[in-house]
Amino acid sequence: MPNVKEGSSAAVNHTAVKRKSDRELVVTRTFDAPVHLVFEAWSKPELFKLWWVPKSAGMSLVSCDMDIRTGGTYRLVFRHPSFDQPMAFFGSYKEVTPNKRLVWTNEESDQGSVTTVTFEEHAGKTLVTLHELYPTEAARDEALAGSAEGLPEQFAQLDELLAGRS
Amino acid sequence: MVHYQARLDRTFAALSDVTRRGVLEQLGNSDASVTDLAQRFHMTLTGMKKHVSILEQAGLVTTEKVGRVRTCRLGLRRLEEEAAWIEQHRQLWSARFDALDELVEHLKREEKADAQRKRR
Repeated sequence: MPNVKEGSSAAVNHTAVKRKSDRELVVTRTFDAPVHLVFEAWSKPELFKLWWVPKSAGMSLVSCDMDIRTGGTYRLVFRHPSFDQPMAFFGSYKEVTPNKRLVWTNEESDQGSVTTVTFEEHAGKTLVTLHELYPTEAARDEALAGSAEGLPEQFAQLDELLAGRS
Repeated sequence: MVHYQARLDRTFAALSDVTRRGVLEQLGNSDASVTDLAQRFHMTLTGMKKHVSILEQAGLVTTEKVGRVRTCRLGLRRLEEEAAWIEQHRQLWSARFDALDELVEHLKREEKADAQRKRR
């Protein structure tokens, strides 16, 4: 585990989550690094899988296939100790523009969301904006229920962990 | 934003009627059946059912039918659900992005070390 505290930018690095409308969620965060490094962490599967699944969520990533190019597909398979069956998330990349934009679809159901991530570098720091658009309000509610079902406990643990860290 | 607007419209339409505002006030004190409400507001059962249904569609009231009695209560559930939804998302993304932050810091140091190695 890389050691973080280097008189770092904890104050800058705040994750903001906003509901833009009933079907849209926007998450923003600034990272204290140039855009090519941040984009690398999103676009190389071996790096992506190091951070995408919160450790404290108790889930593990069984496999992570990502063919990162416009028109390419991805498939992530998770396992959680309280579920017998692994859960698969899959879809395709609508747009891959290095150091600028990633757009992918979620195709587990026909009610899947479209996720757009943009990267903007300002003075050596990178602003990441993630935008999730659901086809309907009901799909939006269901998406979280599905992905986070059984997670409240783990989230509580996560809260403690994060509180202990900051 | 269209959906958001539609919901606001439904809410305001529901609140625009004096009887419906009275029903909300009543339910603020205690849950009540549609029959109770009809009596209290001197209305027919059918009339009250219509009002309750409008409040229900706006998410202001929830109803539950047990046997032949339909009980109404304030529909705060929806607001609570939304607050919980955004909070769960916030926690998920904070955790992810904290991990990403660590990784990016690590990559940055590696890149710096590489550059120094090359210079030597």
